[in-house]
Amino acid sequence: MKQHVLVLYLNTSGLDSQVLAWAEYDGTGKTNPTTGDGDDPPYETGVEALRDGWRLFQASQLIPPYPGHEYDTSFLKHEFWFEKLE
Amino acid sequence: MTTTKHLLTSVETARFVANGYHRMDAIVPPGLNERAIPEFDAGQQPHVDYGTPVKDAFPEGSISRALLDIPAVAGALQSLVGPDPTVDHHHVHVREPHEGNAQPLHGDAIIDTRIDAFDVQLMYYPQEVTADMGGTLSVPGSHLRRTNESDTGRYQNLRGQTRLTCPPGTVVLLHHGIWHGGRRNDSDIRRYMYKIRFNPTVPQVRTWDVSDLDDPQVAEALSVFHPWSEHATARLEIYNRIKMWRALTNDPSFDIDYWATRVANRPGRV
Repeated sequence: MKQHVLVLYLNTSGLDSQVLAWAEYDGTGKTNPTTGDGDDPPYETGVEALRDGWRLFQASQLIPPYPGHEYDTSFLKHEFWFEKLE
Repeated sequence: MTTTKHLLTSVETARFVANGYHRMDAIVPPGLNERAIPEFDAGQQPHVDYGTPVKDAFPEGSISRALLDIPAVAGALQSLVGPDPTVDHHHVHVREPHEGNAQPLHGDAIIDTRIDAFDVQLMYYPQEVTADMGGTLSVPGSHLRRTNESDTGRYQNLRGQTRLTCPPGTVVLLHHGIWHGGRRNDSDIRRYMYKIRFNPTVPQVRTWDVSDLDDPQVAEALSVFHPWSEHATARLEIYNRIKMWRALTNDPSFDIDYWATRVANRPGRV
């Protein structure tokens, strides 16, 4: 069994919100995803990935902004990790 | 840099503030493009010390000087970085045919949080870049996100990203912070991109043609939502663009939809 990983970045902290960005890492070696290889997300929402058999194993926490940095922007906030074992 | 004409308008500059780039397709004449690749292959680009004025960095007759003397390039560069910038560094970047890997998404140098000053990076593409040649990936509007170099390497694709394809002689001017990377070249052709980084030497205040400063399209341009940005964070992006526009115009009262005024309103408090 090898792990195939999908990372989805969503519009809000809700798993049913829109996919804004994505990455994929394929431990089976069947595919070789890389940076900038597609403009179309694999799913429209996180829930759509669940319905296609991806198992959620990590979600980003909701962390309040550091005092004094409430208006700073940085990494994408709502990161969800999924896997399939193949 | 030979001209003060061909300056960007306020609307164009506002688009740069919102998007982090200004693109000029096929702005370089064919004769210069045809010279470029053999000279790049021959490694004829001179060493330039950090902080060298343009006229000292690139001799008359060099490709770099000719590129920077194109009126539209000179005007756009002056509009963004101001007159008489210095050259930080320059380099020819090559994506080899079928080299197999893309660069991780990154910002150049190190995290750089300046909001009232910025460096400009010029990217010049002397040949046609087609979809499979590994043209630069960039993320419009990512330049104000505070991330360090390739810490963004986990992100492979984002809605609204730009996978550059362009005609020969295209020049793109970029804010120092924009997320970008060379894509995997799946073609049989070497892909070239020549980059020069410029540092400002004067305050970047009203360095463009400000005759349209009150055009409503300025606020409209600064208010754009990028499709990769979370809705909530996109509002903060607008707030940060307001701060940048205030600095670039020296107008501390500038606002859009009351975003900056509202959160600073503390009557009677010091």
